[in-house]
Amino acid sequence: MDFNDTPEEAVFRAEARKWLEANATPRAEGAAAPMRAGYARVEADALKRAREWQAKRAKAGYAKVTWPKEFGGMAGTPIQQVIYNQEEAKFDTQGGFFDIGLGMCIPTLMTYAKKDVLDRYVAPALRGEEIWCQLFSEPSAGSDVAGLKTRAVKDGDDWVINGQKVWTSGAHYSDFGILLTRTDPNVPKHKGLTMFYINMKDPAVTVKPIKQISGGANFNEVFFNDLRIPDSQRLGAVGDGWKVALTTLMHERLAVGGGAGGAGPDWKELLELARQTELEEGPAIKNNVVREKIADTYVRTQGLKYTTYRTMTALSRGQQPGPEASIGKLVSAPKLQDITGFGTDLQGAAGVIMDPTEAPMDAGFQQGYLASPGLRIAGGTDEIMRNIIAERVLGLPGDIRVDKDVAFKDAPTGR
Amino acid sequence: MNFDFSDDQKALREQAARFLRDQCPPKAVRAILEGGDTYDRKLWKAVAEMGWMGTAIPEEFGGLGLGYLELCVIAEELGRVVAPIPFASSVYLATEALLVAGSAEQKQKYLPKLASGELIGTFASSEGPNAATPRSVKTTFRNGKLDGAKEPVADGSNADFAVVLAKTGDSGDRALSLVIVDLKAPGVSVEALRTFDPTRNQAKLSFAGAAAEALGAAGEGVALTRQILDRAAIMLAFEQVGGADSCLAMAKDYALNRYAFGRQIASYQAIKHKLADMYVNTELARSNAYYGAWALATGAAELPEAAAGARISATQAYDYASRENVQTHGGMGYTWELDCQLFYRRAKNDGLVLGPQRVWKEKLVSQLERKNAA
Repeated sequence: MDFNDTPEEAVFRAEARKWLEANATPRAEGAAAPMRAGYARVEADALKRAREWQAKRAKAGYAKVTWPKEFGGMAGTPIQQVIYNQEEAKFDTQGGFFDIGLGMCIPTLMTYAKKDVLDRYVAPALRGEEIWCQLFSEPSAGSDVAGLKTRAVKDGDDWVINGQKVWTSGAHYSDFGILLTRTDPNVPKHKGLTMFYINMKDPAVTVKPIKQISGGANFNEVFFNDLRIPDSQRLGAVGDGWKVALTTLMHERLAVGGGAGGAGPDWKELLELARQTELEEGPAIKNNVVREKIADTYVRTQGLKYTTYRTMTALSRGQQPGPEASIGKLVSAPKLQDITGFGTDLQGAAGVIMDPTEAPMDAGFQQGYLASPGLRIAGGTDEIMRNIIAERVLGLPGDIRVDKDVAFKDAPTGR
Repeated sequence: MNFDFSDDQKALREQAARFLRDQCPPKAVRAILEGGDTYDRKLWKAVAEMGWMGTAIPEEFGGLGLGYLELCVIAEELGRVVAPIPFASSVYLATEALLVAGSAEQKQKYLPKLASGELIGTFASSEGPNAATPRSVKTTFRNGKLDGAKEPVADGSNADFAVVLAKTGDSGDRALSLVIVDLKAPGVSVEALRTFDPTRNQAKLSFAGAAAEALGAAGEGVALTRQILDRAAIMLAFEQVGGADSCLAMAKDYALNRYAFGRQIASYQAIKHKLADMYVNTELARSNAYYGAWALATGAAELPEAAAGARISATQAYDYASRENVQTHGGMGYTWELDCQLFYRRAKNDGLVLGPQRVWKEKLVSQLERKNAA
């Protein structure tokens, strides 16, 4: 048991480090990692900076370490990807716009699309020139995404699509998307779905940003009004959309370590805040309630960090990550809400101040508090994550599904 | 990155698990609970024959000379079956005290017999509910004689000798020292205490001019105690993780076989989510314990915070799992007949025996403050 790289891993890390030093600026000492794009306000020039950085990374092969060389990757191992992410995290780079496309959409294309499609779309996506989004959730199909209603109807060699998606991250700046539709309402819900890819700039597609609690607007409603696409844009067989969607979601789950972005204040920031803050009875760092919160947060953060190391070890040995890989979001999102709620409380009445020039530590606690409810919901709610752990890890039975054997059109719905 | 046990260590785990399933079924634990004896002598002998007490003791002192990773693997399996033997007291505490502070002569005298299980040791610092500090400790060691009383002392009724925290100076941090005392010698009386978890004996040790000898330098009692407890906390964390794992397994098994309102209770989210939380807490604790094992095995400078993290996380996981295991079993879980109680008791015992969460949280944050200077 040790934390050292194998000799090969050490060589890879040194090379990545050398390339980063030549091409990026180290993150300032003590600077808090930025909130993930989409939950905090995104600066206006962020997309431009992200594209520039992505093009640079792609040229060097670091944009997707694990992808085959023919697609612009390095044919590297998952552990090499993690090592690269760790090194990049020490530099001040802008990311966050390409994760969905490169992490989920393009890998789905790689599994289901023909060569000419891949030749056309993979490289521009990797270079950050074209951005992809994932169009799954709908107003009446969130946690139960297979209950979606957007209809695709065959018309000659084309499909005509009508309906609405929601919570589509980045749809407003995306060029393409993968779209899950219902093609047969006369069979049970999982069986009547079909996947396509579409051009988001088609005039039949309307994107409306949704303003979030945080004030940001990274999620969107997306409307399809007689969107006509050729059958060649279908991914997988007609009726096999659920299987294709599971491929997409599996890629999401395997994206161990995630991007380079941080996730807001943690125990170190609380320690720092407590040192800066004077309470009625003296310095906050001397307060036992504060000290207990620092300890509790530390234990969960470190537990998660070492859990990631266990996952990396499995990857390093060429094994599939164990079930421990599934607990990350369920721990980190509520922890962020907890610690930022505590940190704002510590500031007393001034805890409400969002102005980064007024609030301590660039208002990181306030921003985190407003961002955290979104993190507890996006990509699977806390409740869905618990179901996943209970069913897939512990092997407990699924819920009784009253719509399981019913034609979708006859399944009970709300308004 | 290699943050896992080796194949050999995993094979040892398998072997230990098989052995304990056979040698330490719940009815063996229950026999101790119901007052048969203060520990399971047959199991102790069997474990000694496996050489487990000497896992981390160097071969020159009669141990197996394997290491702490192997000892942690065994600890997890002992915790899984709530083994009613003085392993923690003798191996994690007394043996560590000798390894950390013993003279060559003391090591030669005690370690081979600790390794063989022939001698049982323990560690005695508490004097009732007050924290054992230079201000509160009243037991004194003067001119080779020990006077005073210690309680509770884990395995006090089972141990042949104790490492005792005693007053040797007047005041301040250097007022305390460690001494070794033979519990069978004149001037020592041992009285078993009625406790929360009868499967782990606790006793009051009284000393009236009992002969004793210094362990480590005079005035080092506070510093040595901290070191010994840090090391023990990591190994006990593995026992706690093993216990928490057992609670989850029991709760899952029951929930799959118990039907209510026409279906398995394991199909209700109220139960599923509870079990998912048990799993999450236990995995976090396991990862923190792994980090502790790494620090212990490599003698890393991070050992104090690794120990505190492992201790807090394991105590939280075992507390939660043992409570919610009873809850998942419903009324049956509260009966004497079911084994839920064994884990409910042991979780509390383990959570207190090296000091409660409050103490470890304070240690942790003090350490973090030092490491992250303002």
